[in-house]
Amino acid sequence: MEVKLRLLRFNPETDDEAHFEDYTIDADPMDRLLDCLHVVKWEHDGSLALRRSCGHGICGSDAMVINGVNRLACKVLIKDLPQPITVEPIRGLPLIKDFIVDMEPFFAGYRAVKPWLITDEHDHGPARERIQSPKDRARYDDTTKCILCAACTTSCPIYWSDGSYVGPAAIVNAHRFIFDSRDAGGKERLDILSGKGGVFKCRTAFNCTDACPRGIKVTLAIQEVKRAALYDSL
Amino acid sequence: MVQYHDYDAVIVGAGGAGLRAALEAGKRVKTAVVSKLYPTRSHTGAAQGGMCAALANVEEDSWEWHAFDTVKGSDFLADQDAVDVMCKEAVTSVLELERMGLPFNRTPEGKIDQRRFGGHTRNHGEEAVKRACYAADRTGHMILQTLFQQCNKEGVEFFNEFFVVDLVLVDGVCGGIVAYEIATGELHVFRAKSTLFATGGYGKMFKITSNAHTLTGDGPGVVYRRGLPLEDMEFFQFHPTGLYRLGILLSEAARGEGGILRNADGERFMERYAPTIKDLAPRDMVSRAEFDEIREGRGAGPDKDYILLDLTDVDPEVVETKLPDITEFSRTYLDVDPLKEGVPITPTAHYAMGGIPTNVTAEVLRSHHGDIVEGFYAAGECACVSVHGANRLGTNSLLDIVVFGRRGGLAMAEHASTHKQPAVPDDAHAGAEKWIRSLLKGSGEEPTHKIRHELQDIMWDKVSVSRDDEGLSHALEAIAGLKKRFANSRVRDQAKIFNTELVEHMELGYLLDMAEALTASAHARTESRGGHYRADHQMREDDHWLKHTFIRKTDDGDTELGYKDVTLGRYEPVERKY
Repeated sequence: MEVKLRLLRFNPETDDEAHFEDYTIDADPMDRLLDCLHVVKWEHDGSLALRRSCGHGICGSDAMVINGVNRLACKVLIKDLPQPITVEPIRGLPLIKDFIVDMEPFFAGYRAVKPWLITDEHDHGPARERIQSPKDRARYDDTTKCILCAACTTSCPIYWSDGSYVGPAAIVNAHRFIFDSRDAGGKERLDILSGKGGVFKCRTAFNCTDACPRGIKVTLAIQEVKRAALYDSL
Repeated sequence: MVQYHDYDAVIVGAGGAGLRAALEAGKRVKTAVVSKLYPTRSHTGAAQGGMCAALANVEEDSWEWHAFDTVKGSDFLADQDAVDVMCKEAVTSVLELERMGLPFNRTPEGKIDQRRFGGHTRNHGEEAVKRACYAADRTGHMILQTLFQQCNKEGVEFFNEFFVVDLVLVDGVCGGIVAYEIATGELHVFRAKSTLFATGGYGKMFKITSNAHTLTGDGPGVVYRRGLPLEDMEFFQFHPTGLYRLGILLSEAARGEGGILRNADGERFMERYAPTIKDLAPRDMVSRAEFDEIREGRGAGPDKDYILLDLTDVDPEVVETKLPDITEFSRTYLDVDPLKEGVPITPTAHYAMGGIPTNVTAEVLRSHHGDIVEGFYAAGECACVSVHGANRLGTNSLLDIVVFGRRGGLAMAEHASTHKQPAVPDDAHAGAEKWIRSLLKGSGEEPTHKIRHELQDIMWDKVSVSRDDEGLSHALEAIAGLKKRFANSRVRDQAKIFNTELVEHMELGYLLDMAEALTASAHARTESRGGHYRADHQMREDDHWLKHTFIRKTDDGDTELGYKDVTLGRYEPVERKY
């Protein structure tokens, strides 16, 4: 079938500002949008710049604004997209070229919440595993799915307007540890997240939950972290 | 402008092996990780089913049984000393990951849960054993995330989106690497006392593959161009359950949890090929069985060209909770609900058993005599220890990256602490600079993708599940022709900033070299063993071929083969039945 694409293009070496360019290509209804972007890159304009790797929604490289909403280009099929298909870079991070944005501010927000297991016990090495009940394991299962694609964070209107906000993905990764029974760093993280730039910036727009390609209940996770911060319910 | 960096240890690649090495080296010496992707984009994250270790949390088990299964699975080509190291250290490696916070699934008592996986058995083949530790069907994702978390905790330095283009060798000693910064188009020389390659596989040479677009053999490609050998390149694994036409992996865990393979007649055909463990036979055998079923006209679908993975008899809750990702892949990409109908699958190019030859300390070998390249290490899929021999067992790749990544990191730190930095010449970047200039200023007009697609077609048709002399000779000629055309092709984009066309072009250059090494090695080996099946030499020939292939490129551009004996141990080669 014929597919019409409207791609927001920006080449920092020649353009003053981003502009739309239209492409018409041939594709199968079951093709991924990523396949179509490859056709444009390979057969029409080799300079089209995008990040991608696994091609099936696991590596988190190719989050884009697709017909107005944040999606992974490798996880939406042509048959499900009204045409022309408009593709823009994710918002809220500095644009570098075409669909490539500077990811550093995103990862800085992630690192700010100490996303690693914090333990108070002295670690004598791996004599045995820690015991964790299936129920305790299930408590934080949803937020372990995060692939750091930034689709949630860059769909958040607060994140767009307030550079100090760590954003949904950072909170998701804090949640993953705060509610892990093996972790002892909950208070440390809640102190960080109670401060300026933390969870209370969230206004529950739910854009993040809609954007997550992994189906994580992002807004719920943020609310749970808020509750923990307010009521010390850990 | 070339920029210079000085480190004790430089690691190329930020998947599981690279990050595990970085954790060890980073605690001890000044360490940098150089990766063409952001760390969590690496393909370790796509590994699904699990990581085997004889924890015996669910059923009786021992590391020796694991070692036996690994050796038998390898069709007796694995080096048994290396297999012992891996299977013994598997137990502490899993426990270490748990201590780092990896969210393994748990038994009712709260211990790490384990499940069945292809080729893993109790007591030397009696029946399938529960040995694979797992986190739903995203075990690789959790390993990658956990290691990345720990690297952040330890403050490991990353150079993201830097593409490796050369190895610095000073009088045969490794002194670092040359990398191309994708964001700026500049070259960087990383001077290092210890250098480790952990660049992953090269499945992108095949039309149908589970591999990421970025798995193009960059590390082994650099090594090969430097005249150093690659080992056992003919052994490439075709995984039996790739989504029809797309190749996206559906984990063996699907069969571990009770999934069954059926042909067009609804027959559970694996009962004929592996009467004891049936659908959980090793991957090479299952892929060949599927290939035979399709060839003999028993394939499913309108074109009789696929097999059905039947999960309809598995408890729907197990499917939704223990196999959520693959269920979603099937629904998203094929519009097929595994709870209601069989999922169309075929073999998909999955894993390179061969690669940069190393010893158990991850030191890179200079030749088939076993001498090493000082200061140079490799680990993970790009390396060949060899623990997988002619066919890797499921879950042993995640184990390999953690065990040998750790060993590599320790060895790098030790070497860097006791050796001086080799004097890197001022023109260390000259070769890479010349190569890139020639790609940008070439006279030809042929675009990258045409050459790549032709390569993928020829490799799939002639060098995949079933091979023979005629097909391999044809492929060798075709690859030589493609290499000529590649030399005359040209990158259209002349940009400095994110010239991803240039990057894809360089990746294709590496892929062509990998395809040449693989096909030439396969052509020479006139026997069938593991993942290397020759329709014109269907038997395994231990008298002649119980040895590792070493292939290198000579100064005049020809390929040269050498062979190294397999290190045997407790297990004498016997016929492989399941």
